[in-house]
Amino acid sequence: MTTITEAPALAPDGTARKLTYVKAFNEGLAQAMREDENVFVAGEDVAGYGGVFRMFDNLLDEFGPRRMIDTPISEAALVGLGVGAAARGLRPVVDLMFMDFIGVCLDQIVNQAAKMKYMFGGSVSVPLTITTASGAGLGAAAQHSQSLEAWLAHVPGLKVVMPCDAYTAKGLTVSAIRDNNPVVVMLNKVLLGSKSEVPEQIYGIPLGQAHIARQGSDVTVIALGRMVGEALAAAEELAAEGVEVEVIDPRTVQPLDTETMIASARRTNRVLVVHEAVTFGGLGAEIAAQIQDAAFDHLDAPVLRIGAPFSPVPFSPVLEKAYVPDQARIVRGCRRLLERA
Amino acid sequence: MAQRASKKSADPVANQTSAQLVRDLHERMVRIRLFETEAGKLMEAGKLPGFLHLYVGQEAVAAGVMAALRDDDQITSTHRGHGHAVAKGVSFRHMYAELYGRVTGACLGRGGSMHINDVTLGMLGANGIVGAGIPIAVGAAFAARYKDEDSVAVTFFGDGATNIGAFHEAANMAAILRLPVVFVCENNGYAEFTPQSKHMLITDVADRAAAYGMPSVIVDGMDAAAVHSAAAEAVARARAGEGPMFIEAKTYRYYDHQGVKGLRHPYRSDAEVEEWKARDAIDLLEARALADGTATRAELDDTWQRTRDEIAEAIAYAEASPLPDTADLLLNVYSG
Ligand SMILES: Cc1ncc(C[n+]2csc(CCOP(=O)(O)OP(=O)(O)O)c2C)c(N)n1
Repeated sequence: MTTITEAPALAPDGTARKLTYVKAFNEGLAQAMREDENVFVAGEDVAGYGGVFRMFDNLLDEFGPRRMIDTPISEAALVGLGVGAAARGLRPVVDLMFMDFIGVCLDQIVNQAAKMKYMFGGSVSVPLTITTASGAGLGAAAQHSQSLEAWLAHVPGLKVVMPCDAYTAKGLTVSAIRDNNPVVVMLNKVLLGSKSEVPEQIYGIPLGQAHIARQGSDVTVIALGRMVGEALAAAEELAAEGVEVEVIDPRTVQPLDTETMIASARRTNRVLVVHEAVTFGGLGAEIAAQIQDAAFDHLDAPVLRIGAPFSPVPFSPVLEKAYVPDQARIVRGCRRLLERA
Repeated sequence: MAQRASKKSADPVANQTSAQLVRDLHERMVRIRLFETEAGKLMEAGKLPGFLHLYVGQEAVAAGVMAALRDDDQITSTHRGHGHAVAKGVSFRHMYAELYGRVTGACLGRGGSMHINDVTLGMLGANGIVGAGIPIAVGAAFAARYKDEDSVAVTFFGDGATNIGAFHEAANMAAILRLPVVFVCENNGYAEFTPQSKHMLITDVADRAAAYGMPSVIVDGMDAAAVHSAAAEAVARARAGEGPMFIEAKTYRYYDHQGVKGLRHPYRSDAEVEEWKARDAIDLLEARALADGTATRAELDDTWQRTRDEIAEAIAYAEASPLPDTADLLLNVYSG
């Protein structure tokens, strides 16, 4: 795994500056644009309006209309623009607003961006970054709430990152832009306003390197994106009962750092994987299979998966709440694993 | 092969007197206006989850087109779909209950504002994906012809949506198959916060129809009667097997792209909004009706009042309705 610039450590006294997730993304993007003249941004309402989620605020003022481009509602042409420009040496950042909209431009992502380098015998690379907002929790219903990382992680040639907080949002965005491959940055809608400590200088977080968000000896919880926060809360709850949960944030789901997960499984002997996407065919299945393959003899229980039921995302808040995994379900999952041995 | 009898139903739209038509258009517009303004208030009061794309300002388009349709005619709509649903006759109760996420809603609380439908009325759904309803209407028109029925399909979409591939593919498909479908572009001048001049280089979206050999017409989208006569002609053509037609209605939305309040980023001026409001579709129709004696003030006021009462009752119904049961989380994922 290539290590890009190491992320700087945070001030140990907790005095480091805090930023919201969306501001951290914005800062990382602006710094990457300053660093490399070839980086430009295209998408619907990204320039004049600053993005419907405020992701691109103030960038038009600094970078002007040459590098901040408002496009028509034409997602296939938008991603294709990114692919062609990337093949010619630029570093496009194209925004798809809601992740669900990849449905109308999947060909450009899956059949074009992902495969160009391979099909061309390695003679070209596609340093394209696709930014988008995923996830349920805002009552945005079935066509505006999906977590489709498994679709993309399944495609050789693509990379997919899922930042869980402001710090990782900035670092993963910078790394995605610096990376020479097509990378999809899945921001989580519910996290946009959440704050955490974010260093001011530009930094990248290595793609394909998992982060141990909390150390523990009894159960490993591998949590994707927004589920990291839920897992950490669950870990606190269980700590009060003397159960030490290790929480692993893969940060990147393609490439996936299974080594860190397998090592943890060997230490704790129990593993739970949790993601927002539907359980069936989700990343949890892949992670569980890899852990069982490499650490079967160390496991006291089969790897457990928690995800959404096999249904579109419901609108009604009462159903949506029951649909998305949360702290309580993670706690119950951990208890089930502990009862097994 | 046995010869199938042609299933043609009588057209209740034909033979209306002009006074009946005016009252019909008025009633549909008032219903939309009040449904929407009340929904906006509920959203501002924090009572509704999710997104709300209000249709206020564009009423003449939904009313004018729907008054030219029968119940068995099909429509597909957009993220801004309440107006189409109301004008097609979807009940206030089902609509408000859906906005509240109640199990009594049009989508059993599963769909929300952007997916309201009523297939018994030919309302094949609002849609959260821009342009996605257009090919679906073409499919509905195909089904009508396949089944030898004389219903037509109408697809509503915005100016912005004509930049998406699905529009172009569907327009060409409808044209070459000569399907009974009417394309209605509600050109409100903006796609979200981007003015039309920045997302296409043409002034009239109707120009795009020519590329597919489809006849088109441009109408004043603030004039319900004008919209109605264009729609009636297009629908008659389609019903007669003469193929698709494109209507561009120039109109305006009064509220924000999403929600009610004005925005941090002024993408349009207050003066512009006021200019359009000065040509309000309901005011225009009322003034004309009063001037030529097709309606009295009392009759018009009565429509407003009856609608207000009906809306109050529907909101109360929605608020008193039960929430969906989480045990039914997997309901309707598959059929049968
Ligand atoms: C495929 C897709 N891309 C982007 C969006 C986000 N979006 C929702 S409404 C809208 C603007 C639509 O403009 P227009 O078609 O003119 O309709 P209007 O909102 O003006 O009624 C956009 C970009 C979406 N819902 N679907």
